[in-house]
Amino acid sequence: MATAAPASHRSRSSGGIRRGEGAAGWLFTLPIVVILGLFLFIPVLMALWVSFSDWSGRGSPLSSTVSFIGLDNYAAITTGGGLAERNFGIALRNNAWYVLLVVPLQTALSLFLAVLVNRAVLRGRGFFRTAFYFPSVTSSVAITVLWLFLFSTTGVINEVLSWIGIAGPNWFNDPRGIVHIALGAGGEPGPAALTSGQFLGVTWWDWLAGPSVAMTAFILMAVFTTSGTFMLLFLAALQNIGAELSEAAMMDGANAWQRFWLITLPQLRPTLFTVLTLGLIGCWQVFDQIYTGTQGAPGKTTITPAYLSYTSAFTDQQWGIGAAISFILFLIIIVFTVFQRWALRERAVSMRRRRPYEQAVAAAAAARGKEAP
Amino acid sequence: MTTTTALTQEALFDQPPDRPARRPRRLPPGRLTMQVLLYVLLILLAIIYIFPFLVQVATSFKTDNEATTDAVSLIPATVSFAAYERLFTRSDFPLWFANSAVVTVLVTLGRVFFVSLAGYALARLRFRGRGFVFAMVVGVMAVPSVVLLIPKFLVLNQLGIYDSYAGMVIPLLVDAAGVFIMKNFFESIPPSVEEQARIDGAGTFRIFWSIVLPMARPAVVTIVILSFQGSWNELSHFIVSTQSPELTTLTKGVASLASGQLSQGNQYPLKLAAAAIMTIPVAVMFFIFQKRIMNTTEGAVKE
Repeated sequence: MATAAPASHRSRSSGGIRRGEGAAGWLFTLPIVVILGLFLFIPVLMALWVSFSDWSGRGSPLSSTVSFIGLDNYAAITTGGGLAERNFGIALRNNAWYVLLVVPLQTALSLFLAVLVNRAVLRGRGFFRTAFYFPSVTSSVAITVLWLFLFSTTGVINEVLSWIGIAGPNWFNDPRGIVHIALGAGGEPGPAALTSGQFLGVTWWDWLAGPSVAMTAFILMAVFTTSGTFMLLFLAALQNIGAELSEAAMMDGANAWQRFWLITLPQLRPTLFTVLTLGLIGCWQVFDQIYTGTQGAPGKTTITPAYLSYTSAFTDQQWGIGAAISFILFLIIIVFTVFQRWALRERAVSMRRRRPYEQAVAAAAAARGKEAP
Repeated sequence: MTTTTALTQEALFDQPPDRPARRPRRLPPGRLTMQVLLYVLLILLAIIYIFPFLVQVATSFKTDNEATTDAVSLIPATVSFAAYERLFTRSDFPLWFANSAVVTVLVTLGRVFFVSLAGYALARLRFRGRGFVFAMVVGVMAVPSVVLLIPKFLVLNQLGIYDSYAGMVIPLLVDAAGVFIMKNFFESIPPSVEEQARIDGAGTFRIFWSIVLPMARPAVVTIVILSFQGSWNELSHFIVSTQSPELTTLTKGVASLASGQLSQGNQYPLKLAAAAIMTIPVAVMFFIFQKRIMNTTEGAVKE
């Protein structure tokens, strides 16, 4: 944020030639400032006010009939004990499972794709890159429509599954959690120890249900549509890494697996963190797919906080609750971003990590020496 | 971490670690098997990624009945244009398309202009408050768009531009990431050219418009791609900024098609045709500028 560096004074010594620059600077940035102010800062302040008020959606939220009610809206969704709290708990449960599965899967898959494409020495690199990236260009609405078809009862996925003798589920109409299914608890209540206690109106047993089968289809969709973008990030990073270290390790007799884990991956760390953070931030904002596809059905198992905030305000006219949900979501996202900042901070390479690395460098030098005429 | 790598490499090798010269050599049999396996794997994955789109196009030419009974086939038993005919002659689809096109063109043009103006000012011009403007842009990047749904609706209502083209376009005109891209690019252009023009008496806007902006073509293309894709695929903003059927965009219209009036489990050809047509413009854009998109570093280096 440092702006007026002393260096700027030196350039000012060129006399009147920079006349009028201040005015021009303001003029050039005015459109941006006005639009950001009008559609970002004022809205956020206004929504903050609404989240502390009892505005019912009629008239202006700034009129004198609207009164300040403190933290009531926030209390209603976190400790209220009513439907609002239970819905919020369910939405958080759904989205937490979504994040837990999508982030590792998309990161692993995009890294895997990048390494594969990067290793292709013959031709076709461009074709594969395009094939994997294409889903990322299409709109979330178009992809959701396609997904509703692919995962319908008689859809492509179930047909392909039937070729290998698996009777596919009724994807978007199946509210059972996949962890419950794996445990063989198809719908009966869980053990009393887990059903007695609860958090945010959702029993522990239900927190542990896992994403519903319907949500799992959305999880697969997210992985399908984001892996291409992240693959490009990894590819760019891989191409900036010289092949020397890997080749040196190969000379030392490291196999492909060791080369990947000990040589390539440590060098990809910054990109890995970027991808993880972008993934985390994106995954907490699931809205378009739900609005287009399931509207939270079946059995509320695809409701997400973003979608719940929208329906609370626009459908149920509980504007204060809706705004409060969006601010809690904002907080969640900020926490994750700050955590990423902290994780991304400069750190020395640990000794355990450095040893193989230094060996590789030494080997590279040795190999280099052999090659020299 | 990365700097140490660079340093050791610099120290070790007398030349920058470029791509080593390819010596033509025959792969040993083991390596050849590995390459074959690699390609088999890549082709399988590519099929998984492309197949959904092929099925989508195929299904849009099937009859409703066939779409449910035989979902996988890539060649319709009876080719039917019913879905397209219905979309273009007996639905609001053309109107949605037109609305999306208008909004996308306006947003893209406006965004390129405003974002490059601001990027230039932040990169080159010294004025009081530059730090504040920059901080504002950074702050914007931190606010997730879903948080803004309710507040945007409130402000559009207050301003009286709810349910109008103005309300659809203006909030989308500014994009913080775009300002960053332009600012970084302008910083990479040597200032000597501008100094010359300044001595010749050109005004600030004149320098920006006729000298600097033409030099920034790669970055401008990047902004065009980003804003075209962004506004064409935008859904949530149009949900909260419009309600009348005349202003429905493609995303909103197709979403209502998927969830609303026609959701009885069939009608797949119709929905998939709509989704396919909706994908064409961004796909065309993608294939035209593919090189630029794929080489993410290209926008940062002057050509």
